[in-house]
Formats: sequence, C-alpha cells, structure tokens
Amino acid sequence: MAEKTVAQADDAAYRAKDERTGSEIVVQALKDEGVDVIFGYPGGAVLHLYDALYDAGIAHILARHEQGAIHAAEGYARISGRPGVVIATSGPGATNLMTGLTDAMIDSLPLVVITGQVGTHVMGTDAFQEAPIFSMTMPVTKYNYQVKKAADLPRVIREAFHLASSGRPGPVLIDLPKDVTAERAPYVRPESIDLPGYQPTTVPHEVQLKKLVALISKAKKPVILAGAGILHARAEKHLVQFAERTRIPVVHTLLGLGGMPYDHPLYLGMGGMHGLVVANRALYEADLLINIGARFDDRLTGDPLHFAKNATVVHIDIDPSEIGKIIPTDVPIVSDAREALARLLSYPLENADSEDWLNTLSAINERYPLWYTPDSHMIKPQEVIRLVHRLTRGEAIITTDVGQHQMWAAQYYGFQKAHRWVTSGGLGTMGFGFPAAIGAKLAARDDTVVAIVGDAGFQMTMQELALLKEYGLGVKVLILNNFALGMVRQWQELFYAKRYSESLLPFQPDYVKMAEAYGIDGYRVQDPFELEQVLTRIFTDDAPALVDIRIDPQENVYPMIPPGKGIHQMEGVSPSEAGTLSPRA
Amino acid sequence: MKQVLSLLVRDQAGVLNRISGLFLRRGYNIEAITVGKSERVGLSRMTIVVEVEDNRAREQVKKQLHKQIDVIKVSDLTDRPMVARELALIRVSAAAQERSEINHLIEPFRARILDVGKASVTIEVTGGNDKIEALIELLRPYGIREIARTGLTALGREQLERSSEQEAAEASLV
Repeated sequence: MAEKTVAQADDAAYRAKDERTGSEIVVQALKDEGVDVIFGYPGGAVLHLYDALYDAGIAHILARHEQGAIHAAEGYARISGRPGVVIATSGPGATNLMTGLTDAMIDSLPLVVITGQVGTHVMGTDAFQEAPIFSMTMPVTKYNYQVKKAADLPRVIREAFHLASSGRPGPVLIDLPKDVTAERAPYVRPESIDLPGYQPTTVPHEVQLKKLVALISKAKKPVILAGAGILHARAEKHLVQFAERTRIPVVHTLLGLGGMPYDHPLYLGMGGMHGLVVANRALYEADLLINIGARFDDRLTGDPLHFAKNATVVHIDIDPSEIGKIIPTDVPIVSDAREALARLLSYPLENADSEDWLNTLSAINERYPLWYTPDSHMIKPQEVIRLVHRLTRGEAIITTDVGQHQMWAAQYYGFQKAHRWVTSGGLGTMGFGFPAAIGAKLAARDDTVVAIVGDAGFQMTMQELALLKEYGLGVKVLILNNFALGMVRQWQELFYAKRYSESLLPFQPDYVKMAEAYGIDGYRVQDPFELEQVLTRIFTDDAPALVDIRIDPQENVYPMIPPGKGIHQMEGVSPSEAGTLSPRA
Repeated sequence: MKQVLSLLVRDQAGVLNRISGLFLRRGYNIEAITVGKSERVGLSRMTIVVEVEDNRAREQVKKQLHKQIDVIKVSDLTDRPMVARELALIRVSAAAQERSEINHLIEPFRARILDVGKASVTIEVTGGNDKIEALIELLRPYGIREIARTGLTALGREQLERSSEQEAAEASLV
C-alpha cells in the first residue's frame, strides 16, 4: 500500500469524526437506498443492528417466523418492483430464510437479506446459534457476502442493492458477524460500483432483431410466449402493442399473467400443465415461437421433445444462460424485454400472415373452453375465483401458494392489469401466499389484496395472522378448504389408484375462531347461495377478513398434461373426458 | 467429451466453493480443477477440466460460469490451440540396485528424481495427461506406492489473428 499523504491523513482525520458503528452504517445505507420497510425478526446476533433500527425511522414489520418475513418481502418486491429487505438473526433465524431465498432465486425476485452471524473470533467453533449461512446460501442467492470489516459495509450494501435489482433480479444475502455491527468505520455512500464480472446485457443486437422481424413477415402460425421477464422489465404495454402490430397471439406462463389483459382478443390464456387447450395447441403447432422473458419451465413445456417442434424459436431473455438451456433456440436475443420490444416497435414492422391461424385458434377455444360442472349443493372453487374477479373488477392483487387453488386462481381470475399476481411459481412453496399478501399490501396500501390459499398451505404460515390487526393491513384471506392437500390428492386419485396417502386433513382448526382470536373478522361459507353475500360484504371495506370456504372436496384441476406427456396430449379437456385420465405408465 | 476451461476469477473468500458448487448443482462432472494467482493483482486463474455430454451442455457450462459475479472471464480452450501441463509426483518402490535403471527409464520423459529413500524414490514429471499416464504405466512394475497429481493447468496459445467467427462466437456468449 502506498504511504499516506498529508491530504489522505487529513481526510482520515475528518472521516474519523464521522465514524459510526457497523449497525449505524447499515441503517444509513438502507435509508440511502430508499428502503421504507424492513421485514424481520430480531435475535442475539443482530441486537446491535436492532438497536440502531430502534429510532431510525424505517418501518419494520415484525413477522412471527422468519419464513413469513421473507415471503412478505417477496410479495413486496413483486408488487413494488423494488428489493424487499429482510433481517434475521444468526443460526436458526437465518436457516428459516432458506425456503424464501430459494423461492426468490427461482422466481427472480429482488431481495436484500441481512443475517446476523456469530462474532468473527468464534466463527468456525460451532458457537451458540452459529450456522454456515455464507456457504449454505451460495447456491440459492444471486450473490452473497460475508462482511469481516465494518469499512466494507458501504460498498457491500450498495452492491447488494444493485445486484438484487438489475439484470435478472434475485436475492442477495449479507452475512454480518456481530462484532462487525459494533466496529466503527466511516460511512460514505460509494458513488460508483465496480463489479467487472457483472455487466448484464440489456440492449439487444440489432442483427438479431432484424432476423426476428424477417421471421415475423414470413410466419403463418406465430405465437408469443410471454413470461415474468415482461413484468420485471415493466414492458406490458410494449407487449400489447407488439402483439397488435404484428397480429401475433400471446400465451402467458403462470408467472407472466397480467401482462396482457385477460379479455384482449389476441390473448390465448395461460399455457402449460393446467393451461388452456388453445394456448397449448398454439405452442405445439406454431411455426414461429417468440419467447419473451420465460424460461421454458417443465410445467410449461411438458415433455420438451414435443414442444414447439415445428417452430423457429426466438428467445429474448436478459439471462443468456436461459437461452438454449431447455429448448434449442434459432435466434437468441440477450436483452431486457422492454428494450427489445421498444426497438422492435420502432421498426417498420410487418404483421404476420396470421388471420387463418387466429381463426383456427378461436375455433379451438370455442370447442375447448375452461370448464367445470356447477353444483347447487357444493361450492365450486372456480366459482369462488370468478366471483372474486367480478367483485374486484379483475384489478385486485391476488396471491397464492402452490397447488389446486393456485391453478384455479390462475385459470379463472382474469387479470385486467399487470403486477397484480403474486404466486410461488418455480419453487412451488406452500405457505407462500398469505405472508406474500402482507408484503403486497404494504407495497400497495390502496389496493385490494386477496390471499387465495388452500387449507393445507395456509396452516404452514398462518401465524402471520397477527400482523393484519397489528399493522392494520386489510388483507382478505380466502381459504379454499377441501380438507386436503388438494393437488397431492388429485395426483393420488389419478395416478396412484386413489390411495390417498397422507394427503387428507380431516381435522381442521376452527378458522373463524382463529380469525377472532387474532382480532379480525372470520366467516365460514358452505352454501353456494351464501357465497356471494359473504364475499360482497368483505370487499365493501378495507378491513382484514378471513373466509373459510368449504369447497367441493372432489374437485380437480382440468385440463391437464399428464406427467411425462407432451403439450399436445392434454386430458380432461371437456366434462365427458374428466376422470378418465390414463394411469401413469 | 472433455472441456477445458480457463477462468479469470476474483480472488475472494468462497470463490472456489461457488464454482465447484455450481458444477455439483448442475450435474457437471469435474475431472480436474486448479487455481492459483494470475498476472493481475486480486485475480486468480482457474483451469477446469469437465466431462460434458454434448455441445449444448458445453455452452451451458460456459454460460453458467459467466453468470457468476466473481467470474471475470471464461475462455473455452477445448478446440483452441493451448499449452496444458500437469505435474505428478510418483513414489515408486526401488531397491538400491534398481535406481539407475529407473533413472534411465524416466529420462526420455524429462522426469527427475526428487527424493531418494531406503526403499523408494519419488519422481517428478510434468506434461500432458498422456505422457504422465504413460510414465505411470512404465513405473508400475516396480511397485507404485503413492501418486499425487495437480490436475491440468492451461493457457491458450498466443494467436496471430483472431478470426471474426471466434469473435462472433464469444460475443454471443455475453
């Protein structure tokens, strides 16, 4: 290191006056990043940090379990587009974040997660509440840090927010030993970021775009597959314009829902395992497939051998490693979705020769619409979702866990707007939906937020009910209660000879009493004729409410691509075909 | 097929864990991995030999490595001219009367005896994989007691001109 000059010495003396503890640096840096809410849970290793937060003026949401805190942060990130910030203590506090980190990683949600760690002098000695969080979280974070000097904190926090929210977003974790939170160092927010190994390509190659334009003008059966990349890039309006200009129909992935308004004439619906027949048929028969910000998840593609096998595949993605990972790609375009679409719209775009194709698809959709059989004695879950759509004009924020209720919500809600859908897609996390709704409500206080959950998933994180009353969060919790792990039960019915191994939940807590115990309104509905009355009532105000909706326990999600089958082999496509799915080979 | 990669990575705590963890998670089988300081302060060079199924897997390996924040540069040396060396230490049983014979044997390999014990000699050899394997086979009849190998380390050869194809291929990776 060079010798200190007089000027540097002066500077150091000046800065010394401005020295603060590592904890104070963290708090100031969070403020400088514009953080307005933290989701967390204190503990021994983060006592200094919580002391600094005590009068810091940043809202803190005290979850009742760290998993609740991180899912709430995910909901907040999904709706606000900004990183959700989480703090947990060392050891068990940090390990309880594992599911949320993995969920955020696979669904590309920006999070900045700070975990306490035992002091540097005892690290590696199996100290009290020590867990190797730095190495444990390496594969489930976009990047992670273990900070050994308070002087590194300004840089690390600046980088963490940059990494979490730029390029393909994701969770970034900072492991913070207790002594570092007490150590003093100067704080100056770094003006620039020096990450030579991280330079995401956001602007597309002109040559590649022109190839796409040429392909469109020749295509007869084109389709756009639009994923969550559209939403991360805030490109939903560009998507609609692009589809309209080129006359190309759009299929959404599960996580892309809301990009196109549900009633747009060029919107075919969700594709994949429980997607619409027409959407999957379009993907199967297409001669040109334009994937924008989707990663060809196996729940979308079915057996990849049959997926878009006659199509020229164009893939626009900000993450080059997603291109060609699952489906061989003819025209790779590494870019931010909005940049790519904005440029494409600036070209003299010819529309595709797609009118016959659109007519064919329209006929398929008329023949194979979504279906269910109404019943005057039992509530059908599909009707619940349709009713929620009607009462909220398709504009509510909807959150879910994973499973049957998630698929019904995806199939029947009909999103009028973008950034209204918060679901655990890639990881398929039970217990995600309810805490995510809490975070979503904090990001959009004026909007209606509905947590649609199953009875099994809700029981995994229902301790967070305490937050609704405590923080005045008008989240509406709708439990689609079928006394089962519905999707597991469905697969056991269809593929395991109705051997319902551990998937039935005959004992249920009294959710109405539980709501009351947590100080919020609780309802139970069993009669289809009472459903509308109760739902209308809960949507008249912004108070928290919980409704235990007893749905038909036999109801299954259809149509479906059976496991191992191709996207063209959907079954249960009409009432007469349901329940006759071929047993697993 | 064997893929030989040369990486320039930030010399940070955990970087080796990040890279090896990536290979483990994605199911790529590492045959050898070596790491040491590079010509630039704060950067290390890693050489990785990995067994991949096909070209698509090979592309994925490169892209996944490139995605790592700590990885500055990924060079795929597989199809490019390169210099690649491995060092092996081989301890062979050798009675006093056998030593000169072993000395003659290893000479064409430019190997040398580093250490002589009562009943064994330790041989150092540097070279490509084939050469080391060949020497080990020749020494086997004497009785091999221990082998320590470093794994391959490699650099691309200096190229007089870069073809536009190569540049395009590299650009498409970014």
